[in-house]
Amino acid sequence: MEFFVFVCAALMILLGAVGVIVRKHPVHAALSLVLTLFGVAVLFVAQDAHFLAAVQVIVYAGAIVVLFLFVIMLLGVDRVENLRTEPLSAQRPLAIITCLGLLAVLVAAIVNGNGVLNERGEGINLPDLQNGSDANTVQLAESIFSRYVVAFEVTSVLLVIAVVGTVLLTRKAKSSAK
Amino acid sequence: MIALDSLLVDNLLWVPLIIVLVKVLVVFVVGLLATMLMVWFERKAIAGMQNRIGPNKTGPFGILQTLADGIKLFFKEDLFPSRADRFVFALAPFLSFVPAFLAFAIIPLGGDFRNGSSGEVTLFGQVTRVQLADPPIGVLFALAISSIAVYGIMLAGWSSGSKYPLLGSVRASAQMVSYEAALGLSLACVLLLAGTLSTSGIVSAQSTITDWHFISTGIVPFIVFLIAATAELNRPPFDLVEAEQELVGGFNTEYSSIRFALFYLAEFMNTVTMSALIVTLFFGGPQPIAIGNFVFDIPLLPNALEGTFWLLAKILVFLYMYIWFRATLPRLRYDQLMDLGWKLLIPASLGWFMLLATQRLARQNGWNIVLVTGASIAVLVVCYLLMQAAFAKSARDRSTQGTMF
Repeated sequence: MEFFVFVCAALMILLGAVGVIVRKHPVHAALSLVLTLFGVAVLFVAQDAHFLAAVQVIVYAGAIVVLFLFVIMLLGVDRVENLRTEPLSAQRPLAIITCLGLLAVLVAAIVNGNGVLNERGEGINLPDLQNGSDANTVQLAESIFSRYVVAFEVTSVLLVIAVVGTVLLTRKAKSSAK
Repeated sequence: MIALDSLLVDNLLWVPLIIVLVKVLVVFVVGLLATMLMVWFERKAIAGMQNRIGPNKTGPFGILQTLADGIKLFFKEDLFPSRADRFVFALAPFLSFVPAFLAFAIIPLGGDFRNGSSGEVTLFGQVTRVQLADPPIGVLFALAISSIAVYGIMLAGWSSGSKYPLLGSVRASAQMVSYEAALGLSLACVLLLAGTLSTSGIVSAQSTITDWHFISTGIVPFIVFLIAATAELNRPPFDLVEAEQELVGGFNTEYSSIRFALFYLAEFMNTVTMSALIVTLFFGGPQPIAIGNFVFDIPLLPNALEGTFWLLAKILVFLYMYIWFRATLPRLRYDQLMDLGWKLLIPASLGWFMLLATQRLARQNGWNIVLVTGASIAVLVVCYLLMQAAFAKSARDRSTQGTMF
C-alpha cells in the first residue's frame, strides 16, 4: 500500500516537474508546479506528517502559485515566449555543465550514504502517533517555538524586510521620476 | 498508515470497506440534494423578501425547479469559445466542483458528543464516526481545500480568453487570497481554545452553550469568520466576482451547458459546506443546546441520530442568514472590500488572537488576570493608534503625491 502511494505520488511529482520545464505557456507551467506540490503533500501524508502536508497545500499551492498566476495574468506575459532569442549566449552550455555537476553530486551522495539511508538516523524524532491525532502538530510547535525560536523569528523578520524593501523600491522609482 | 477513519487503521476487511463506500455515497448524494434544495430555498426566500412568488410550477412549491434547470443545462450545447485555452477551460469547472464536495467530508454529521462522548457509533459491529473522514489535521484540510477552490475561478476566467471573465477572476482570486488570512486567524482562536485540530475534537469541546466557541472565544472571531467566509464564498455583499453591471457575468461568462452547471453547483455546495463549518467550529455541530446541566433533548430518538437533527437545524439558520444577506445588503465597492479585509478584519482577528493567547497563558501560570488584561488592552490600544497613524500618513501621501500604482 505504502509502495503504491509512493509510486503514484512520485509519478505526479515527476510529471509536474517535467511539465514546468517543457510546457511553453507560463500558465501551464505554473499548473504543472501545482501538480508537483500536490505530489509532495501526498508523500508527507504517507509519512504521517499530516500538518506539513496541509501547510504545503495551503501555502505553496494555495498562496504562492496563485500569486505566480496572478502576476502572469496581470503583467500579460501569458503569451508563448520565443525561446530562440538568447540574452546570454553562454547560458545554455553553462546550464548543462551545472546540471551535470549537480547530478554527479547527488549520485555521489546517494552512493556514499547508501548504508546510512537504510537505518534511521539518530536526529529524527518520529511523531508518537499513539499520543492522539495532534502529536504531529504539538511536536512541530514545540521545536519551532522553544528550541528554534530565534531562527524562526529571524526568518520572519527577513520576510518582513523583503516586503518592506519591495514596497520601498517600487515607490523610489516613481518619486525620482517626478 | 493513513488513519483518516478509525475503521481504516487495521487490516482492511469487507464490512469496513462497504461502510466507508456507503458513507462516501451518502455524503455525495446528501451534498447534491442539499445543493438542489438550497438553490430552491434561496430563490423562494428571496422571492418572498422581494414580494414575488418565485418558482411555483415544477413540483409542490416549485421544489423541483433546480432539477428542471439542471436537466435543461445538461441538454444545452457545450460551447468552446474560439480563443479559449481548451484544456484549462475544460479543467476549471472540476477544480471548483471537486473541492466543494471534498470539504464536506470532514464535517461531523451526527453522533453522540454529550458528556465527553467521543461521537463514535457502532455500525454492524464496527466502530466509526458519522463523518466521512476525520483526518488529524481536521480544519486545516478545509482551509487547504478552500485555497484550491481559488484555482477553479481563476483559471476559468483566464482560459476563457475574454476580457470580462479575466477581470472577474483577477478580482476573485485577490479577494479570496486576502480574506483567507482573516479566516485563518479567526479560526486560530477556536483552535486555541479547543486544543485540537480535528473537527470531532472541536465538537466534543463544546458541550454546553457557554462552551460553544462563539461565546467562549468572545464573539469577535465568529463575526470575523462569518464575514471572511462570506467573502470567501463570493456571495453577496462580496460578489464583485460576478458584478453583472460591470462584468457581464464575471468569471463564468463564457461558460454554458454542464460546465456552467458545475460552477453553479459548486457555489451553492460551498455555501452549504461553509455553513456546516461555521456550525461545527462555533456552534457545537451535532451537540444539542444545553444550558448548564439542562439539555434540550428530543425524546424517543437515539442521541447519535439526534445530533444529525441539531446539525441540520443549525445549518438551516446560517443558510437562511446567507440568503438574508443577499436580499438586504448592497454590494461593496472594490476598494471598500480590500479596506475591510486588510485594515479591519486582519488586524482585529490578529489582536483578538493575541489577547486570547495571553489570557490562556496567564491562567496557566497563575498570573494576576486583572493586571494581564489591563496590560494587553493597553498594548492593543497602542497598536491601534499606531495603525491609525499609519493610515493617516498614507492617506496624506496619497493626496499630495497621487497613488503609486
